[in-house]
Order: sequence, then structure tokens, then C-alpha cells
Amino acid sequence: MAELLKVDNVSMIFGGLRAVSNFSMHIDQGELIGLIGPNGAGKTTAFNMLTGVYNPSEGEITFDGKRINGKKPYQVTAIGIARTFQNIRLFSELSVLDNVKIAFNMHVKYTLAEAELRIGRYYNEEKEITEKAIELLKIFKLDGLKDEEAKNLPYGEQRRLEIARALATGPKLLLLDEPAAGMNPQETHELMEMIRWIRKEFNLTILLIEHDMSLVMGVCERIYVLEYGCCIANGTPDQIKHNKRVIEAYLGEEVS
Amino acid sequence: MNNLKKQDLKILCVCGVIFAIFQVLLYFEFIDPYWEANIILILINIILSVSLNLINGYTGQFSIGHAGFMAVGAYVGAIMTVKLELPFVVSLLAGTVSAGFLGFLIGIPTLRLNGDYLAIATLGLGEIIRICILNIEYVGGASGFMGIPRITNFPWAFWIAIFIIFFIKNFKNSSAGRACLAIRENEIAAETMGIDTTKYKILAFTIGAGFAGTAGCLFSHYYYIAHPASFTFMRSFDILTMVVLGGLGSMSGAITGAIVLTGISAVLADYPEWRMVIYSVTLIVLMLNRPQGIFGSKELSRKMFKFGKLGGKIHGGTAES
Ligand SMILES: Nc1ncnc2c1ncn2[C@@H]1O[C@H](COP(=O)(O)OP(=O)(O)O)[C@@H](O)[C@H]1O
Ligand SMILES: [Mg+2]
Repeated sequence: MAELLKVDNVSMIFGGLRAVSNFSMHIDQGELIGLIGPNGAGKTTAFNMLTGVYNPSEGEITFDGKRINGKKPYQVTAIGIARTFQNIRLFSELSVLDNVKIAFNMHVKYTLAEAELRIGRYYNEEKEITEKAIELLKIFKLDGLKDEEAKNLPYGEQRRLEIARALATGPKLLLLDEPAAGMNPQETHELMEMIRWIRKEFNLTILLIEHDMSLVMGVCERIYVLEYGCCIANGTPDQIKHNKRVIEAYLGEEVS
Repeated sequence: MNNLKKQDLKILCVCGVIFAIFQVLLYFEFIDPYWEANIILILINIILSVSLNLINGYTGQFSIGHAGFMAVGAYVGAIMTVKLELPFVVSLLAGTVSAGFLGFLIGIPTLRLNGDYLAIATLGLGEIIRICILNIEYVGGASGFMGIPRITNFPWAFWIAIFIIFFIKNFKNSSAGRACLAIRENEIAAETMGIDTTKYKILAFTIGAGFAGTAGCLFSHYYYIAHPASFTFMRSFDILTMVVLGGLGSMSGAITGAIVLTGISAVLADYPEWRMVIYSVTLIVLMLNRPQGIFGSKELSRKMFKFGKLGGKIHGGTAES
């Protein structure tokens, strides 16, 4: 399969701290990959480098054949990487619908003049964006809440809204940072089903950070394990489950 | 979507009626010249507050130098009219474009940075503009630019204010406007959703500064004179107060703030010592009871009356829902 993302010996240095150190990874088109590791291992930092929030101190990131380190987040989004945040970052005072509509911004073709004069493509495109946004909300069972302010949603729904919003940018690669954090087992189970489903439906490649081991094992095809910024193992869930270093360093206990 | 158009037409009709009523009242001199002057000042202040609201309220950038852009519009407009003897429309356009262009130039370096840089830069800029004007003899220096004909009247001020309100309203309801709101809400998330945040911040700032220039041009063509003392930090602060009082991020709020504060000043003009007292007490009471401003970030709408959220204390205005 075609290689979509290649991370080559990337490091992120904050002062004296190597938050991520010589990290390499490759993801093929259509894979569902897990990124795990204890708190503070550098998982979110890795995401921040992939999305242009941080510029890697060393190394190179190639996406879809293009070098992306040094690009700004909006440029990275434009070439097809979308993400959610571990600490939810919704547009909290805006409606659920507007949260998603904003993510269609890149695809809007009408000019400011057309919007001001309310002519030309303005009405049609606005209508189209609204319809598409509602369709996405439906997938995440949020369409009933579309006029609610995002900050008023329960936690689990906020996380789902973040995924809907990320999908609206039309990504090839979707990065999910602890999407199940704070959810109960029932919600988590539904979320994982949903992730599988959107992956097929939208033809996505997904990289998932998760804390809950059993969950990652259940859904991911390959897993990378970080510890203190270093990648200590990668492989299939079975390989990871039986990897001595992972068991010692990360789990300190047997994985069931 | 066609509902939007219908609603716009309705609002325009209401505006037309309001305009006709005032025009008749003015024609038969039911409104005396003192209040006529204040109505025009209210309209100019509405332009200033809604344009500042675009920057501070919608885009979440903290600009406190609006008087500086107003001064640019006032003087450039006056030069066009007096020195170059061009028609008023040209003066208005020149005042708007030059203030907007200055906003654009200032925005490029400062809006890249996060945080308080813009506040400091705009504060400084306002003063720099004023001091530059003080020292330019061509525009009258410290004694002001005199001999500007009074061209601004109620119809000019009214329809330009309506135009600008609609311009900013339509901006807010476009993808560019949503981008600005997203920047206010969460800049990192906005950028991650594919929004070039610097570009939209500069766009909003340029438009806001430009309309402050329009207001300045109307201002100098009403008072016969453009004087550096009219464009001090105090005026910037007044405009900011109108926006905050009405509710940062609410067009209805910015309009209401301009009406209420200009109105209070006008009523208390004979008691200048009381003016500041009442002004401050109003602000303190409001900040204690409604720290988010009269409207919060909401707009005036029928829904609002149904739930009686404001207890019907709303002053008229041409707001959208
Ligand atoms: N902007 C930053 N400046 C300094 N240190 C940071 C910054 N971001 C993250 N770190 C540090 O990098 C390490 C990895 O953090 P993070 O990537 O958030 O871990 P994880 O997501 O795996 O829990 C932590 O020690 C954290 O304190
Ligand atoms: Mg993290």
C-alpha cells in the first residue's frame, strides 16, 4: 500500500528536555495506528509536530510525498491532516453547527464581495456547507443539538463534536488525541465503533493516541509505544502485548 | 437562505421608517438643533463602536487606538474637500481607505503576535498620529484644520451608519466572519481547522480601522473643524466603553452602548461635573450586575423578548437577530 506519512528521526527539544527523541514512524494509506505511552511520554508533542503547532527541532516529516515540517497548522490542514485535542478546544461560545461550518472554511469559494452583496455563489455555498455540516453532525448523533452552544454539551458529546469538526476539513489522515478520555465504557465502545465506521466511510487513515490499552489493542492494526520521548517498540497488538520492554516500562503489569 | 434576504429587507424597511420619522421631526423642528447635533453624534459613535466591535468583539483582538484611525479619516477627508475641492463622496472614500490602509500596515507586524502587543501598539499609534498632526502645518497644526464646510447631515450620517452596520453584519455571516469568531474562541483550534489566522485578523482590523476613518470624515465635516484634541486617548476609551457596555461581540450591544453613552453625555451637558459621576456609576452598576455587558455576545432578537432575558430594558436599534 502507498505510504502516506513518514516521520524520520524527529525530535522536539524544549530547553533541556527532549520531549520527543529520534522518533520514526510510517503509516500507509488506510491504516489505523495506535500511539501509546505513559503520561508525559511525548504523544501529544508528536501530534503537535505533525500538525505544525510545533516545528520539530530535528528530523523530517513527509506527508503524501511533501515535506511538512516548518509549515503552519492551517497549511498542514490544507494538505490533509486533521486532528482533535486532548484538552478539548472547541469554539465554545459558538453553536455546534457553527463549530463544524468553520471547518469548511478552506473549501469556500465565494469572495468577500459576494458575501457582502449577498450575490453569486454566496447563498448556494452557504446552503451546501450547512447541509454538509448537518450530515456530519448526524453521523455523530449531534444534529439534535446543532443550535446549542458547544460549551453546554456533555463531555462525551464535546469529544464527538471535535471529531465531526476535524472531518469537515476533509482530511486524508485523522489524528485523535485521547478521544475516549473521560468517557464511560459504554460511550467508549460506541466511539470505537464510530471510528471504525468513519474510517471506511471517509476512506481515512487514522492515528490514535489512547491511554486505555485494551481499547487500542482492540481496534488498532499496529501500535507505536513511546516512553520518555523514545519509541521503545512498535508492531501488531499481539507483538506489543508480549513485548518485554513494553510490559516492564509502560505497564508494570500484565496486559490482559 | 431566502429568509435571510427577507429579513434584511424587513430591517431596511424599519430603517426607512425610522429615517422618515426623524426627517419629519427635524423638518418641523420638533427636534431642536442641540438634539439634532447629538443624533448625528450618536450615529457617528455607532459607526465607531460597531467597527471596534468587529475587531475587539468578533475577532477577539484588543485594539485601543480607534481615535487614531478616526483622526486619519477626519484629516484626509478634510484635505480632499478643502484643499483639493473634491466631492464629499470622494472625501469619505479617501478617509476610509487611508485609515484602513494604515490599519493594514500596523496590523501586519502586530497581529502576528499574540496577546497584548496589539493593545500597546494601537495605543501608541493613536498618540503618534495625534502628535504628527499637531506638527503638520499643512493641516493647521495645533490650532486644528479649520474651514471645513458642514456637509454631514442627518441623511448622510444615518445611511452611512446603516450601510456599515449591514456591511459588518454580512461580514459576520460569511466564512470570513466565522473565521474571525473562531479566532476569538480558540486561535490554535482555528488554525488547525485550516484558517490562516493572521490573514483574517488583519482583514478584520483593516475593515474596522477603515470604518473608523469614515466616522472621522463625517465628524470633521459636521463640526467645521478637525482638531487634534478631538482624537485623544480619551475618545478611544469612550468608544471601547460603548462596546463593552453593550456587550463585547454583539452588534446590538455596540449600537445600544453608543446610544446610551452619547445620550447620557448629551443630557448631562449642562452639568459637566455630574456627567463623569453618572457615567462612572452607570458603568459600575452594569459591571456588577452584567459583567458581560447589556447584551453579552448575543443579538437582539424576538426570542430574547419571549424569554424576557433582558426584562424589556432594551433601547431601540437596528439590530439583526
Ligand atoms: N510547550 C512545551 N514546553 C515545554 N515542555 C513541554 C511543552 N509541551 C510538552 N512539554 C513536555 O513534554 C513532555 C511530553 O508531553 P506530552 O507530549 O504532552 O505527553 P503525553 O501527551 O504523552 O502525555 C512533558 O514532560 C511535557 O511537560
Ligand atoms: Mg497527551
